[in-house]
Amino acid sequence: MNTREHVVAMANQIARNFVVRDRASAAEATARHIREFWDPRMRALILEEARTDAPALSPEAKAAALIAADDRAATAGKP
Amino acid sequence: MAADPEADFGTPARHGAPVRLTIDGRAVTVPEGTSVMRAAALADAAIPKLCATDTLESFGSCRLCLVEIEGARGTPASCTTPVREGMVVATQTERLKKLRRGVMELYISDHPLDCLTCSANNDCELQDQAAAVGLRDVRYGYDGANHLDAPADVSNPYFDFDPAKCIVCSRCVRACDEVQGTFALTIDGRGFASKVSAGMPEDDFLNSECVSCGACVAACPTATLNEKAVAEIGTPQRAVVTTCAYCGVGCSFRAEMRGEEVVRMVPAKDGKANRGHSCVKGRFAYGYAHHGDRITTPMIRASTADPWRPVSWEEAFAYAASELQRIQATYGRQAVGGISSSRCTNEETFLVQKLVRAGFGNNNIDTCARVCHSPTGYGLKATFGTSAGTQDFDSVADADVILVIGANPTDGHPVFASRMKSRLRQGAKLIVIDPRRIDLVRTPHVEAAHHLPLQPGTNVALLTAMAHVIVTEGLADEAFVAARCDMDEYREWAAFVAEPRHSPEVLEAVTRVPAANVRAAARLYATGGNAAIYYGLGVTEHSQGSSTVMAIANLAMATGNIGRPGVGVNPLRGQNNVQGACDMGSFPHELSGYRHIAGAEGRRLFEGDWGVSLDPEPGLRIPNMLDAAVDGVFKGIYIQGEDILQSDPNTKHVLAGLKAMECVIVHDLFLNETANYAHVFFPGSTFLEKDGTFTNAERRIQRVRKVMSPLAGLADWEVTVGLANALGLQWSYGHPSEIMDEIARLTPTFAGVSYALLETEGSLQWPVTEAAPAGTPVMHADHFVRGKGKFVITDYVPTDEKTGPRYPLLLTTGRILSQYNVGAQTRRTRNTVWHEADVLEIHPFDAENRGLASGDWARLASRAGETSLRVLVTDRVAPGVVYTTFHHPETQANVVTTEHSDWATNCPEYKVTAVEVSPSNGPSDWQARYQAAADRARRIEPAEPAE
Repeated sequence: MNTREHVVAMANQIARNFVVRDRASAAEATARHIREFWDPRMRALILEEARTDAPALSPEAKAAALIAADDRAATAGKP
Repeated sequence: MAADPEADFGTPARHGAPVRLTIDGRAVTVPEGTSVMRAAALADAAIPKLCATDTLESFGSCRLCLVEIEGARGTPASCTTPVREGMVVATQTERLKKLRRGVMELYISDHPLDCLTCSANNDCELQDQAAAVGLRDVRYGYDGANHLDAPADVSNPYFDFDPAKCIVCSRCVRACDEVQGTFALTIDGRGFASKVSAGMPEDDFLNSECVSCGACVAACPTATLNEKAVAEIGTPQRAVVTTCAYCGVGCSFRAEMRGEEVVRMVPAKDGKANRGHSCVKGRFAYGYAHHGDRITTPMIRASTADPWRPVSWEEAFAYAASELQRIQATYGRQAVGGISSSRCTNEETFLVQKLVRAGFGNNNIDTCARVCHSPTGYGLKATFGTSAGTQDFDSVADADVILVIGANPTDGHPVFASRMKSRLRQGAKLIVIDPRRIDLVRTPHVEAAHHLPLQPGTNVALLTAMAHVIVTEGLADEAFVAARCDMDEYREWAAFVAEPRHSPEVLEAVTRVPAANVRAAARLYATGGNAAIYYGLGVTEHSQGSSTVMAIANLAMATGNIGRPGVGVNPLRGQNNVQGACDMGSFPHELSGYRHIAGAEGRRLFEGDWGVSLDPEPGLRIPNMLDAAVDGVFKGIYIQGEDILQSDPNTKHVLAGLKAMECVIVHDLFLNETANYAHVFFPGSTFLEKDGTFTNAERRIQRVRKVMSPLAGLADWEVTVGLANALGLQWSYGHPSEIMDEIARLTPTFAGVSYALLETEGSLQWPVTEAAPAGTPVMHADHFVRGKGKFVITDYVPTDEKTGPRYPLLLTTGRILSQYNVGAQTRRTRNTVWHEADVLEIHPFDAENRGLASGDWARLASRAGETSLRVLVTDRVAPGVVYTTFHHPETQANVVTTEHSDWATNCPEYKVTAVEVSPSNGPSDWQARYQAAADRARRIEPAEPAE
């Protein structure tokens, strides 16, 4: 598995685990997780994937990738 | 002169109200319940003894410790007589002297008189006590019936049993029972025929149930049970207290030395983690330190196709630094990284992450905790607010219910398992949640109240079903929850777990555990008194490892089992310094003390201290590094003390990543599997060769003390300093204590830690702060670290690893008592006598279907790869489940494991791999090719002759 394939699988898996808590907030929670734990290149790759048709990404994972690309200063200092 | 032994007060300490008495005319005050023997020893009036020792309950068999007590008839044994208020004791009278000499005469009349050539000469209690009672002759002579010709049992690789020297005091038998809890030894026969026996008459020590913990050897007052090393080397001259480098229990040992040679490792009685006990690894398996495979010279090579070229340290540092700098100049700052090790000290680990952050200029630092307990960090931080277990090990003595999930303490954490078994023998109830029938389920005088043999990968479903029972049957401690936790989050969680779809009856289809058993276990956990959870890698190494940790925390909070002795959530850490490596900032998103790298305040603190700017972005985890290497953007790595090629999942992917790099620096004791693809080799130092600290699973910081010179000339921390300085960092540490001072300066939970305080306190459990200057044995006592405890909803999400027609069985992996992780250390000791190779456990039903019998070779294949190993047919595993260990590189068990990992942390899903098992003729072609390649990669150029 290369990084691109891996980040898609990871984003889907993270989103799936947040969906079971609360579908409405799953994309935001997944985005927070990605911003907190992924390096910039991985975030860039998932963003590229999300900006395509991204058939491999779940709706929540795709939304999360786009949210995670927003100003990361919002999470500075967290947790 | 032998090393001074630890003081022995004869019987264990007691903790009662003060009792005043008089011994030999002196006033003495001791706690109620104390024996007269102990009271006398504390008053410097030690009474002669043979069958008594303060690690065991009194026995009263040797009749040497007799005393006279005013108003009492006869001469009672002081070891079995408790003190009374106002008691007046005489320990030395003419009558007592005569009686003791008479007893000693009988012992000596049946004992070889070979003191000068005996291995225990000057280290023998019988010898000492004969002198103490003033024995000058033996009236009976030495020609009567005796045991002097009894043959010795030399079957154990580490100690001998010589019955000719045995005085049948039963200390060995009692140590095996009381301390170790194995009950392997007994006294066979009666009267003069009495003899110590390792099980059945036909058994020797090696074939018996003996687990070679060494408790009997430590307890023996003569040379009957004695270390072979003492016989070979001689008695030790000095002792240095240090900390074991195997599992996360962190046993304290006296390294007893003669010159720079270890004579033996003796568990320290005042060690707060082990309380004087040990296991076969820590006690005996230190021979790897001098194994012929040790590499003691730095080596480099331009290509992994070349043989290694031994060089000086200076040349190795310069070459490594120039390669890392070349790679960063060519491919960018992010193209290199490092991996620290849970086998190394806090100080060494701290330096590796500092090297990456301050020297490489990125956060591409990770640690081997990635593949074991990273979900513990995530889960406990989310729920409680900090990434650590809640209790000290002593806490188990106050537990009424012990829930063990995904851990096999008798093999993985044997010394703690002994303490756990001791409490279970006193009546505490046991719940085991494990796919496999681990030894704890039924072992002498211990039987689990409930064993829930769940389907691998269904931990979250099972814990949710238990939560369902607790909530719907009104067993939750809502007063605790209301006082200590976020009540809204609790209500949301309680409503979630109470849904009918989470009942044990519905989830039985997933877990395959009968609902009635789940209900009974949940009721016991919630209502049985103090309930403590202990867990291991069977929790974390799953696609829902982090969710399982949070589900465990939810259960503890819902039942009020947090914040006092006897309860809590306790991760059993696999390696000696997993906790410490995590504490020290080894994760790519965190600085030491678990502060996120994006946090400006924490980052500024480090930037000010180190005089550099730090990258505020998280770096790469180990699997991400390997992916990036395969992508061609990650080209160099410094790996201290970890063998990722053997220990990490999907070996072929790890191999592809390593092959894609241009500079792999391996810093280790041996040319491990990863080193086959390395360009620089820094020889490492064992725990015996350096100073530092380890932090065990109970957050206990303990000193590691250098007892011999590093074979390669430098301790590991000095190697990292050398590389840093070759990169221009100008580090000037003179001793690891200075590194600890820096850690304390920068890490709030270590603020009060120093080597000086460790010297006076012995050990410290973090947090050590102004508010808790002596440390914190039990966390979250009044409030959670995060404030209110957080309930997190954890629903079962099945793993993507599915069984099917091609791969119908589930493989799960684990460890065995005598071996340790990838076996780099233990395979290079005599422990191989117990475990020469990994074997595959398979249920008789599955074995018969495949035409397999115990001892047959079998092909083990998954979607990731295949290997071959021998089979053991056993009903310890359920039908549909197979199990193996991963201690031997010849097996390459991780060729089979996949890249599936925990959703939150990327901790590999080692515990669930869909496989098929079929008959085989022997090792696979891949194994044969791998071995040939490994042999080529380990070639070393001959050293040039001196001028």
